[in-house]
Amino acid sequence: MTDLRNLTLAQARDGMAAGDFTAVELTETFIEATGAVRDLNAYIVETADQARAMAAASDARRAQGQVGAMDGIPVAIKDLFCTKGVQATAGSHILEGFVPPYESTVTQNLWDAGAVMLGKTNLDEFAMGSSNMTSYFGPVANPWKRKGDDAVLVPGGSSGGSAAVVAARAALGATGTDTGGSIRQPGAFTGIVGMKPTYGRCSRWGIIAFASSLDQAGPMTHTVRDSAIMLGAMAGHDPKDSTSMKLDVPDFEAALTGDIRGLRIGIPKEYVMDGMPAEIDALWKTGIDWMRQAGAEIVDISLPHTKYALPTYYIVAPAEASSNLARYDGVRYGLRVDGDTMQDMYENTRGAGFGAEVKRRILIGTYVLSAGYYDAYYLKAQKVRARIAGDFNDAWEKVDAILTPTTPSAAFAQGDKMDDPIAMYLNDIFTVPASLAGLPGISVPAGLSAEGLPLGLQVIGRPYDEETLFRVAGVLEDAAGFDAKPDLSGLGG
Amino acid sequence: MPLNRDNVSAIAHLARLKVPEEDLDSLAGELNNILGWVEQLDEVDTDGVAPMTSVVATEYARRADNVDDGGIAEDVLANAPDRMDGFFAVPKVVE
Repeated sequence: MTDLRNLTLAQARDGMAAGDFTAVELTETFIEATGAVRDLNAYIVETADQARAMAAASDARRAQGQVGAMDGIPVAIKDLFCTKGVQATAGSHILEGFVPPYESTVTQNLWDAGAVMLGKTNLDEFAMGSSNMTSYFGPVANPWKRKGDDAVLVPGGSSGGSAAVVAARAALGATGTDTGGSIRQPGAFTGIVGMKPTYGRCSRWGIIAFASSLDQAGPMTHTVRDSAIMLGAMAGHDPKDSTSMKLDVPDFEAALTGDIRGLRIGIPKEYVMDGMPAEIDALWKTGIDWMRQAGAEIVDISLPHTKYALPTYYIVAPAEASSNLARYDGVRYGLRVDGDTMQDMYENTRGAGFGAEVKRRILIGTYVLSAGYYDAYYLKAQKVRARIAGDFNDAWEKVDAILTPTTPSAAFAQGDKMDDPIAMYLNDIFTVPASLAGLPGISVPAGLSAEGLPLGLQVIGRPYDEETLFRVAGVLEDAAGFDAKPDLSGLGG
Repeated sequence: MPLNRDNVSAIAHLARLKVPEEDLDSLAGELNNILGWVEQLDEVDTDGVAPMTSVVATEYARRADNVDDGGIAEDVLANAPDRMDGFFAVPKVVE
């Protein structure tokens, strides 16, 4: 029998349908794989017993002829999703030991489709980071290494654990969340497909909030087809999230026709950054050629406010975070550090419970929302955000999708960029604009750097037009033929 | 005007964050760097632009005003750091 670890999600689905193997056999393979890659520190909690029970239930359903779209597929869940009876920490000390009494809508949708939970993956604290270095539970290692160099690299962030387990073939897919790039950037850094749907496509209910006008769940998978299958299972209207859209979920997989003839692909001239490695630019040009060879029309476009997206994001997101994180006060759940008075208790709890990056963002957010500074910072940022969204609206008059690099570099080493927050923030320079406009984006592994690390190209689509996004991404994936794999031989359990 | 250690201390208090005295100067430096960097937004002409508060152009979601859950006090209290007689317990606030 082929090694089940090397299957894609779609192949595993089809293999179970053909009776080649059972959900229990598949799940045992991935529980074993989870143990074999424990050095990555990708999980905060493993749920092997639960996985076995869910897999057995899946096989029982199959025997009755009742299978869902993801039946028997073992997946990992970013530890930002509330999972009933299983600890949810958001990578923070302040939520250590918190066991949600309810299930998030997205994870419930996955279980209703038959998926099997392997565990809860590590992440930057409260999803604030681009390296997975800010987790209270320690950094995650990228399974990839530079050629001839043993330095441990970051998997990107904030969905770093989810990216690492998929790249290390220890899960067939994983949920991520993306606020400014937290699915797409780690997808690019680990050579997998990372997809952020349109804001409102997936319910945010039960996802621990970071910046509510930006947060969106999405799939992290080996292939574009896997991504389409998994998004189909995650998405859907939810009355419990007033920003979730009342739209039917299309058959995303059926959108993968491989035919993009006549589609207009926009190339924004502003997506070039000082000091960007020449190989990123070269890969982008290659991607443009692939699109052209597949019959798409290439259209040069301008998104003139692109350079203002990051500073806008670093006002809007911390402002929303400072409000959302006000709930962690040591009263109802999570950590409490006692004090003489109620105020002391609040301050001691939050001082001890939050890490440095989270504190920095709470302070910035509190400041930009405070009386006297609100107009100069927060209101101004909301207006610039409207300008950025307007740039995209103008572009959709001329094009059907936009092609850009995903990140301005390949994965960097653990510890790099840690002393300069702005250098870290620049990781998301190509992913944040689409986030601010609420647009769907997908990162597809498209090549290797000179050092042997994966690089991604990003496709950005119209609101709620994930079907075109997947179609373009599928053609990109076929043209790239990316089949490089990280060397897992040095990993232990 | 750049933030100084007293400003940072005041913001931290507003945010109910205990920040050790010895960290105030370095935090002021970090926050000033970030604020200096975001001030480039002043270059953007936003006259007549409405602030963007949401990316979804949607009507307010409405539902019937019916109680559809409840009776789950034990679930609500299950993660409490301290509890007493079916309530969250906190330090004394009234002498």
